[in-house]
Amino acid sequence: MRVDISAQAAIAASRFGFGARPGELRNLASDPRGALLAQVQSLYRVPAELAGLSSGSDILATFLAARAERAAERKAAARNAASGAPEEAARVADGVRKQILPHYLAQASARTRIAVTSDAAFRERLVHFWSNHFAVSVDKAICLGTAGALENEAIRPRVNGPFVDLLLAVETHPAMITYLDNQRSTGPNSELGVRAARRFAAGGKAKLGINENLAREILELHTLGVDGGYTQTDVTTFAAVLSGWSIGGGEGRHADGAPGAFVFRPALHEPGGKTILGKRYTEDGMGQGQAVLRDLAAQPATAQHLATKLARHFVADEPPPELVERLTKAYLGSGGQLTAVYAALVSWDGAWRPEPHKFKQPHEFVYSALRSLDVLPVDAKALIAPFETLGQRHWSPGSPAGWPDRQADWDGADALMKRIEWSVALADRIGDSRPALGTADASLGSLLSSHTRKALESAASGSQAVALLLMSPEFQRR
Amino acid sequence: MANRREFLKASVRLGVASALAGALPGISFAAAPGNRPFVVVILRGALDGLSAVPPYSDPAYRDARGPIAIAPPGDPRGALDLDGFFALHPAMPLMHERWMAKELLVVHATASAYRERSHFDGQNVLENGGDRPSGSASGWLNRTLGSLAGRGVDGLALGQNVPLILRGPVPVGSWAPSHLPEVEPELIARLRDLYSNDRTLAGRLDEASRMETLADDQSTMADGMGDAPGNAKAGPRAGGAERLKLIAETAGRMIGAPQGPRIAVFDAGGWDTHAGEGGGEGQLAGRLGGLDQVLDALRRGLDNEWSRTAVLVCTEFGRTVQVNGTRGTDHGTGAAAFLLGGAVRGGRILADWPGLSEKQRYEGRDLRPTTDLRAVAKGVLRDHLGLADRALVDVFPGSDAVKPVRDLIRA
Repeated sequence: MRVDISAQAAIAASRFGFGARPGELRNLASDPRGALLAQVQSLYRVPAELAGLSSGSDILATFLAARAERAAERKAAARNAASGAPEEAARVADGVRKQILPHYLAQASARTRIAVTSDAAFRERLVHFWSNHFAVSVDKAICLGTAGALENEAIRPRVNGPFVDLLLAVETHPAMITYLDNQRSTGPNSELGVRAARRFAAGGKAKLGINENLAREILELHTLGVDGGYTQTDVTTFAAVLSGWSIGGGEGRHADGAPGAFVFRPALHEPGGKTILGKRYTEDGMGQGQAVLRDLAAQPATAQHLATKLARHFVADEPPPELVERLTKAYLGSGGQLTAVYAALVSWDGAWRPEPHKFKQPHEFVYSALRSLDVLPVDAKALIAPFETLGQRHWSPGSPAGWPDRQADWDGADALMKRIEWSVALADRIGDSRPALGTADASLGSLLSSHTRKALESAASGSQAVALLLMSPEFQRR
Repeated sequence: MANRREFLKASVRLGVASALAGALPGISFAAAPGNRPFVVVILRGALDGLSAVPPYSDPAYRDARGPIAIAPPGDPRGALDLDGFFALHPAMPLMHERWMAKELLVVHATASAYRERSHFDGQNVLENGGDRPSGSASGWLNRTLGSLAGRGVDGLALGQNVPLILRGPVPVGSWAPSHLPEVEPELIARLRDLYSNDRTLAGRLDEASRMETLADDQSTMADGMGDAPGNAKAGPRAGGAERLKLIAETAGRMIGAPQGPRIAVFDAGGWDTHAGEGGGEGQLAGRLGGLDQVLDALRRGLDNEWSRTAVLVCTEFGRTVQVNGTRGTDHGTGAAAFLLGGAVRGGRILADWPGLSEKQRYEGRDLRPTTDLRAVAKGVLRDHLGLADRALVDVFPGSDAVKPVRDLIRA
């Protein structure tokens, strides 16, 4: 393979990072691979942009209080007027949303600011990758203010540690507990479960029981993968293991505990030993679930699942089997150390071929456009508007599977037209202040084709040249 | 609602459609069955069919459903009766009107070939039309378009991107409303040149231009850097009933326009009701109410074409019969589906009802599937769009044993 150092620097920036900022290719040129690894080997520092954000549990506590307050109002209103209930419900939901939305805007704009300005963009891309792997979607009302907090609190500090630490932190974060409905999941033989069954037998309202959502998605999405060899019985048993993993400050019998924080509720936990994937777990209480998660992190199926997703994200929609095997081995050989996996990825020559195989997702496109032009909108709403326009609002994949990671999911005709419209609007806004050719060289280096160069040279105006650059095939891919 | 203006603008311009009138000028397709509109609506997240269409007379229904059981017809917030055994969720009065007009057929205890409980694999099977989650990069609606080649039928995804069901070798358009200024044709020409070595992007650009012509959206709203997204509604995939309603009505106009795309798909998420599902009111009731209005908006948009239209509303699988410990339901198997439209022989239930008692359930927990959803789809493709039996097997590979359901479509 012919090694073109300028191309290597551009690949480091666009394939592994979020696109080159002015001057970035020069800095990467001496050792592109080493520069990437340095980003994940250095100590974690909290980005300055995150200063002042409220904690996830504080935001969740605000949500719970607002919801309870509104529910009380609604009851009162219902007593006063028999009609108009649906409108009232909508008003109540809007009222709660209004209190939480500023937190979302602050988190999403901070995230954009970091991604556009960071000089450790490989690390930042990994934050996004894991945040999407452990997706929590803000279209569920209770998660509007906590999805970003999950990323900042559980994921960001742990993208370069052992996977098991990341897993344990995520599954005990209130955002994940509430997104996947675990907070009230109750073992039928738990203290509360037994009491409720007795009341039910005496004509009470309802039995309490297990909710299997969190258990299933941990197995299917977070660890083993859908073909990872677990059964429906494993799902149901694992749900029993996780019963009692809850949050503080809920309603009724779930009111105790620090509001919005993770709490383990022994009274909801299904007692006794349990068997998952053929192994018996006899731990008491919360330790049982932690033991299962530790074992899941060490499973070869988990290694394979994570390796496949990383290879797909960084190299190609249909990941080369050789690379998947290489990453799987690195994971298992290191005891699940993520930096070992990243090193195996970055040192694989096949990842450095100049032909781009990945079509940028909307957020990648926006970040790289803003980075290459060195533009940063000032107010929070302007910072996150492009993601809405292009169909990828922050933390809103709409499902726990996260955003899909293949070209066919993103390259619809209308999606392309929206990118064109947005590029034109951005280019018009910055006018002639950023010469397109200079920007192209600083952003794509020798990856810029002569065909595109000619198109930029013959553009009708400076801003049209910028729009053409952003929409060029080599800028749309990485 | 900032986007209302664009929708209205879009809707009055739809008659033009000159760019699509290419294939065989002068020949009318009005009578050709392959030219009838067919729309598929995918409800992602697994709709609870036992709440959408409660079998209120099943002896096990009330007990199994407990706090989320839908009250029977006649009660306050009671279900809307269909046939004395099944009823429609009370949040769906407009669909009940379709039922009364004999334009709604309800399919119950139905499933694709998929028998596990992963949303994402389940959606893959529902969309690729095969019997396995992976292994097919094309969807059954795209293969349907392939079978209709030469008949001037185009495909359209409502949304920016194309879901798997409509992906494949036949190029298809996609469309979603925009609040950005329209791009000058001069720039489009330059991009076409820029993409001359890139077949994918060139093809997408062509499709996008065609759809722009069809839904000529000349909005001059604020550009993307300054617009307010904080209160923006979620995208089509994420729900947002009001937005979906407007898209649906515009989509109906696009589909019904002369030479408009006759095969369309859109999807709506938010059906994964594991906790606090609600009964006659609550979370799911809200979603169903939105769906009710969206489907009716589609009907209004189609206007006269509605009489020649069939709409299939389906989901990846059903939910557990028993309410779970958090007043919701977990992933199940047998589901409900709707087939509606002026072309549908409605006012009927299509179900070989398996019963809800524990021993009647699939694996002791789920509604047992007794009707293959592919048989319904094949019946529509054959009798509504005129696909030959041979083509049906290409559209649904490995489904030879699954016979098309007869008499779904008015003669």
